[in-house]
Amino acid sequence: MSHATVQDVAPAPAAPHEPLASKHLPRWAPAGIAVLAVVLGVGIGAGAGWHSKVQWGLISALLFVVITYVTSTAVEGKRQAKDRIATSVVWVCFVLAVIPLASLIWETVSRGSKAFSIDFLTHSMAGVASFQPGGGVYHALIGTLEQVGIATLISVPIGLLTAVYLVEYGKGALAKAVTFFVDVMTGIPSIVAGLFILTLVLMLGLGPAGYLGSLALTILMIPVVVRSTEEMLKLVPNELREASLALGIPKWRTILKVVIPTAIGGITTGVMLAIARVAGETAPIMLLVFGSPMINSNPFKDPQSSLPFYIWDQYRVGSEASYDRAWAAALVLIAFVMILNLVARGIARWKAPKTGR
Amino acid sequence: MAKRIDVSGLTAYYSAHKAIEDISMTVEPRSVTAFIGPSGCGKSTLLRTLNRMHEVTPGGRVEGKVLLDDENLYSSSVDPVTVRRTVGMVFQRPNPFPTMSIFDNVAAGLRLNGRYKKSELNDVVEKSLKGANLWNEVKDRLNKPGSGLSGGQQQRLCIARAIAVEPQVLLMDEPCSALDPISTLAIEDLIGELKERFTIVIVTHNMQQAARVSDRTAFFNLSAVGQPGRLIELDETSRIFSNPSVQATEDYISGRFG
Amino acid sequence: MAISTETSPAPPAPRKRVKQSTGRAGDKVFLGLSRGSGILLLVLMASIAAFLTYRSVLAISKDDTNFLTTFNWDPAAAKPTFGIAVLLFGTVVSSVIAMAIAVPVAVGIALFISHYAPRRLAAPLAYVVDLLAAVPSIIYGIWGALFLVPYLEGTNLWLDQYLGWTYIFDKTEVGVARSIFTVGVLLAIMILPIITSVSREVFLQVPRINEEAALALGATRWEVIRLSVLPFGRSGVISASMLGLGRALGETMAVATVLSPSFLISGHVLDAGGGTFAQNIAAKFDEANPLGRDALIASGLVLFILTLLVNGAARMIIARRKEYSGANA
Repeated sequence: MSHATVQDVAPAPAAPHEPLASKHLPRWAPAGIAVLAVVLGVGIGAGAGWHSKVQWGLISALLFVVITYVTSTAVEGKRQAKDRIATSVVWVCFVLAVIPLASLIWETVSRGSKAFSIDFLTHSMAGVASFQPGGGVYHALIGTLEQVGIATLISVPIGLLTAVYLVEYGKGALAKAVTFFVDVMTGIPSIVAGLFILTLVLMLGLGPAGYLGSLALTILMIPVVVRSTEEMLKLVPNELREASLALGIPKWRTILKVVIPTAIGGITTGVMLAIARVAGETAPIMLLVFGSPMINSNPFKDPQSSLPFYIWDQYRVGSEASYDRAWAAALVLIAFVMILNLVARGIARWKAPKTGR
Repeated sequence: MAKRIDVSGLTAYYSAHKAIEDISMTVEPRSVTAFIGPSGCGKSTLLRTLNRMHEVTPGGRVEGKVLLDDENLYSSSVDPVTVRRTVGMVFQRPNPFPTMSIFDNVAAGLRLNGRYKKSELNDVVEKSLKGANLWNEVKDRLNKPGSGLSGGQQQRLCIARAIAVEPQVLLMDEPCSALDPISTLAIEDLIGELKERFTIVIVTHNMQQAARVSDRTAFFNLSAVGQPGRLIELDETSRIFSNPSVQATEDYISGRFG
Repeated sequence: MAISTETSPAPPAPRKRVKQSTGRAGDKVFLGLSRGSGILLLVLMASIAAFLTYRSVLAISKDDTNFLTTFNWDPAAAKPTFGIAVLLFGTVVSSVIAMAIAVPVAVGIALFISHYAPRRLAAPLAYVVDLLAAVPSIIYGIWGALFLVPYLEGTNLWLDQYLGWTYIFDKTEVGVARSIFTVGVLLAIMILPIITSVSREVFLQVPRINEEAALALGATRWEVIRLSVLPFGRSGVISASMLGLGRALGETMAVATVLSPSFLISGHVLDAGGGTFAQNIAAKFDEANPLGRDALIASGLVLFILTLLVNGAARMIIARRKEYSGANA
């Protein structure tokens, strides 16, 4: 290095150039430290006689971060140590979060499979005392399918048309207001949606029925459908619209024949994700449909059950048999939601218009 | 302040695709070396291997050696972070940190390397902005965001940011391709001044620019699309543009292809 | 289309005009329909606000005490008294605990997926996180009540032992961990996937050239994140957090299954007791008389307003960010 010129042009204490080669922790260091931390954590936890594995995990995580920092500072210096500490904190976050979420799935599957059988799917709770084993979710499945089906029938056309309005026609104050309130609607808690329909029920003196639940679910579903459809319509390249318009095809036919078919994959995905979301809602059903142990396939009259409500109901009973049923129903519900999700995302990938990312 | 670069037997890949093959060349200190050649010939890839930025690209890997004076950048004990601090880079599109002020942009590299007193930072920022011929235009608004400047000013801000950490080498990847002619001229003048202090390597698509700013020019070519790029010849710029020793170079320069 | 009518007065025009008039009518109908459904949404929002307010006013006018400050819920009494003080406290405190745990961890996971995980792992991980965001809250609820509560008992004793002096973590009674704190932990786990998912999207949108700028200055991975990724993603993370907060505030079933409610405000978050708006509605609805239902609707109105404020704030942050990124384009 020619120090004279360095001094000429930069009298400020610019970092003196260290040699390029520097000391490193070996590549296996993070893994090694992780093992060490877990061993120490388990040792300390067992030694102190803590029962909760949560404590063991937290101690191990803390040890991991501290040991990493200390060894890295000693070997590699402060900056590298900071980088290492960030890396280890990020890993710890990931592991800490994966454990409860994996446990949730694991518990549902393992406890749910106890009471689960074909009979469970094909029988209702009619004539089964709540503390006894037996019975099933047939009536709740019917309820869920009908309630969610009606909600879908109402919210898809409204949501689609609104999204078309926003993307293809929307300008000015009305579109802005609609966009804003769609956002606001996304945030409405399900219980508030239920309460709103409840105010109508109280004023009109209606009895509990499945369709009332559907109406509440509609409020939750519309904004999701609008948002996802809007995103998809925006992805349709303008050239397609212009090509169609240039052929003298009216705008509404362009939208129906060109724009929507191009985006249909994404729209379907959005609708399915919305269905998956509302299928798990309990609160509105509790307020408006009341639940019932019997099979009631008429969604317009008398109480009905639904899967999430059934889980809640069985949980409330608090007996061994009802807990088993709650878990089994949870398994059914989670399977239903996951399959919808997987299929929806599959469609999205399969039909996706090719975009940058 | 400036170091010599010796490239030997360098091959770079994007996953399975070989982008450049078996490049060996020397870049002289305190001079401007221009890389020219048709699109896809790997000149930007080669540039990015000189400060280990190539491996940042997904699938990017390198075989061969790059010696900075006598140290191999790709030896296993070398930290790429240290390499990039020693070999600065200016990109095709100006990329100031959008959330930072002009001052903070220039000071960013220094702040990474340790704590500085405010007065020291002030000195370095002023020096670097003067070095990038930007000081007079921005001295009254150092606390405004860097993204508020014009494209040419932003690019000079990026140059100031790169030279603030006093690198040994400055790599420039088509630094003027997103700029208008007047800003381009300003940057070219600046390159002429900077070569007093730094080893400069510039990739350019513009042959007049290579002829104007560089001392030596390297011409790269590829035999067909999908084939790896190779170094065809490296010589004094005046020789390359008047009397190249390889026919392909002459064809390219005279506009017969590329 | 308008242009073609004006520029083709030539003989074939009449036939064309017929065709176009049907086009025009179709356009009108279609525009009417789509604009109509937009308007319908506005009407729906307005009526939600209006009806909830109307029933709430009915209820509050019969309330014998101050609706905002009363620590009691007894709308069936001869002199009905009910107030939301406890519910507001419980809702806010449990959500604050949830956010304090979930936001840092979610940002960590999002960074893990976007910048740290091996590439082969990143895509499936992102997918799994998205799936987890879809798990219904009632399932989180029974998992929380039957699995998490027993597991948290040791941790709670621990917190009491070492942090009891802070007053907040002082556990004054023995008993199972059906406390506001446990609710907060469960809510944190519930909102993790959604905050992670949105933050990850934002982190992936950081322009390459911004990250390369930091790299070329000789920044370590963490410094790249600090210089380029976090500043770019900050507003996105804030709005993701707000989204999560909105969910935590309005969550019904997960709270109702875990919490052992009482109408008391206690600063000791590890003690059982307290309540939230949504949980209280779920718990009291079955036995509520007509006034009781209206009282619950009134508490729901407060929850509605609370979530509106949080969501409004999130939208404003997003809107600001749009302007900001536009200026840089």
